Amino acid sequence: MNVADKKRLLREMLFARRFEERCYEAYVERKIGGFLHLYPGQEACCHGVLEAARPGQDYVITGYRDHVHAIKCGADPKEVMAELYAKETGSSKGRGGSMHIFAADHHFMGGYALVGGPFPLAAGMAKAIKMKGGEEIAICFLGDAANNQGTFHESLNMAKLWDLPVLYVCENNLYGIGTRIDRSTAVIDQYKRVSGYNIPSAQEDGQDIEKVFKAAKKAVDHVRSGKGPYFLELMTYRYRGHSMSDSNAYRSKKEERMWSERDPIILLRDRLIKAGEITKDDYKAMDTEILDTIENDVIAFAESSPEPRVEELEKYVLAENDPWVYGGGR
Amino acid sequence: MAEIMYWEAIRRAHDEEMERDPLVICMGEDIGVAGGTYKATKGLYEKYGAERVIDTPISENGYTGVGIGASFLGVRPIIEIMSVNFAWLAMDQLFNSAAKVRYMSGGQVTAPLVVRSAGGTAHQLGAQHSARMEKVFMGIAGLRVVTPSNPRQAYGLLKSAVRCNDPVYINEHELMYNMKGEVPDGEYFHPLEGSEVTREGSDVTLFGYNISVHWCLQAAETLAKEHGINAEVVDLYALAPLDRAGIAATVRKTHRAVIVEEAEPAVGVGAEVMAIINEACFFELDAAPVRVSAANVPVPYNHKLEKAAIPNAADVVAAVRRMFGK
Ligand SMILES: Cc1ncc(C[n+]2csc(CCOP(=O)(O)OP(=O)(O)O)c2C)c(N)n1
Ligand SMILES: [Mg+2]
Repeated sequence: MNVADKKRLLREMLFARRFEERCYEAYVERKIGGFLHLYPGQEACCHGVLEAARPGQDYVITGYRDHVHAIKCGADPKEVMAELYAKETGSSKGRGGSMHIFAADHHFMGGYALVGGPFPLAAGMAKAIKMKGGEEIAICFLGDAANNQGTFHESLNMAKLWDLPVLYVCENNLYGIGTRIDRSTAVIDQYKRVSGYNIPSAQEDGQDIEKVFKAAKKAVDHVRSGKGPYFLELMTYRYRGHSMSDSNAYRSKKEERMWSERDPIILLRDRLIKAGEITKDDYKAMDTEILDTIENDVIAFAESSPEPRVEELEKYVLAENDPWVYGGGR
Repeated sequence: MAEIMYWEAIRRAHDEEMERDPLVICMGEDIGVAGGTYKATKGLYEKYGAERVIDTPISENGYTGVGIGASFLGVRPIIEIMSVNFAWLAMDQLFNSAAKVRYMSGGQVTAPLVVRSAGGTAHQLGAQHSARMEKVFMGIAGLRVVTPSNPRQAYGLLKSAVRCNDPVYINEHELMYNMKGEVPDGEYFHPLEGSEVTREGSDVTLFGYNISVHWCLQAAETLAKEHGINAEVVDLYALAPLDRAGIAATVRKTHRAVIVEEAEPAVGVGAEVMAIINEACFFELDAAPVRVSAANVPVPYNHKLEKAAIPNAADVVAAVRRMFGK
């Protein structure tokens, strides 16, 4: 990772942070409805891993905390925001919402709201890649609590059994909604849980993007070289409540402070300042430019876009005019 | 036109589609090396290999999800769930992923896969191997449900389902795999929507699907011979979507309807067909429509009790006679 990469990643992570904070505001203003799960605190996980992979080519799938992953894969932030605003111009045409961002053109194959749902879907995409002889890999990002679902175990077993090119990334933020990991999970270190399936794994600091990148590089290389699945656990923390309706009362202020002192953006920023690669003013200017873009570009687009038409309520339920429905002819 | 068995028809459809398109695969428990519980994939492992004829672990939700994920990228999986009773475990992936992904992605991601399983009540298999679950599948938007009543349909429905861009659930029957019937020698694609008039009649319509079509046909013979009632039999091979136009057309002709279902009555095919009749042609009716359904019990092991729980042709005859006051 060279200096230019680091500067770009600093910008990307700051953009992700500001994007999510702006979502929070829009939700409070009632511009965004439904459930909203935000990503601040965890930025180095998504950016570090995908930096080591080939975003836009590799197939990425995740849960409901999905805006940032989609954008890193190449989704247009304007379309992601328009989706949150439930507009026809949204990435899922206003039919999906925050938990169901898709950008198939960029191989971001979606956000899914059933905890653990994407585990087998990722293995299936990997199966397809393997059958077609492609160079891509499948990457599945999920949380720590998802690992208590049956799909986790079923999918790991099949992924290894068939040596599928899939990388499972566990963003361990220590909580599943309000339940701390030691109260839900018999084995605290998640990377240890996959040894029963003969899958290599590692645990890494998820706040330091350089460390994430290095660990992910190893993981991605392993998977891409045809050696089968890999499991990477990243230790991280979400700053906000689980979703907008979460008061966050189950965590101590001390714990929150401890983690905010290891903020992934500040860590990288200070490192770059110390190395003389950027100045504090550079950073401020970058921040201002990002805030401007989000306001004048992203929000303006979402605000001014039309809603879906009620006449098209039933569009996208089934394929349109599929000849095989009528016996091949017609 | 050759006479072949239901299982052979399914096997032939698999074989032809796999030969045509290298992206067609099949997956399920014991389908490969062992050749399939119902022989529906017999010989395919030897012909196409382990990469395309996949013996899965006993992880219904997991491997259904794997099939769905593969279908996102253009693979066309045909998944066999050994018995429909085990499909409960795959409901999450089937309903939450396959049926919804097209919609919630605004048409970007689709799940063109086929899931087939053996449904129905066989002989004394007990409560956990005798479920009839078509009613569960047909209530889910985004999923097509078809159910073959003979080898021709079993072949043609699978052929169309593999090529269709929607997820299709095919409900087969434990007792029908050895049934013989004529199947066209050339390729044949059965429509995934609509219904078939299996026997023309004028006095009453007997609606059946899958195995109950045969009870209806048997009943129709008895009604004609012994009671002077000329029954029409309509085969609802497509359960989702149901053939509204076809249902209305036959009721307009016969003015009476009996729906025969192997499942318990609540929230089922009978209820749905009645609702359609109500909505589409209520004033055409000469009598209140009637359901012939299973008893509302977990299916018992005892042979006598099991027989009492599941309807048969005599029950259909009795229901029609009651309707005519005979
Ligand atoms: C099958 C299922 N069960 C429960 C829920 C409710 N739920 C949503 S998120 C969540 C916690 C998941 O935590 P984790 O996997 O650690 O991810 P995080 O939110 O921390 O990123 C729960 C219980 C759900 N959406 N799906
Ligand atoms: Mg968590």
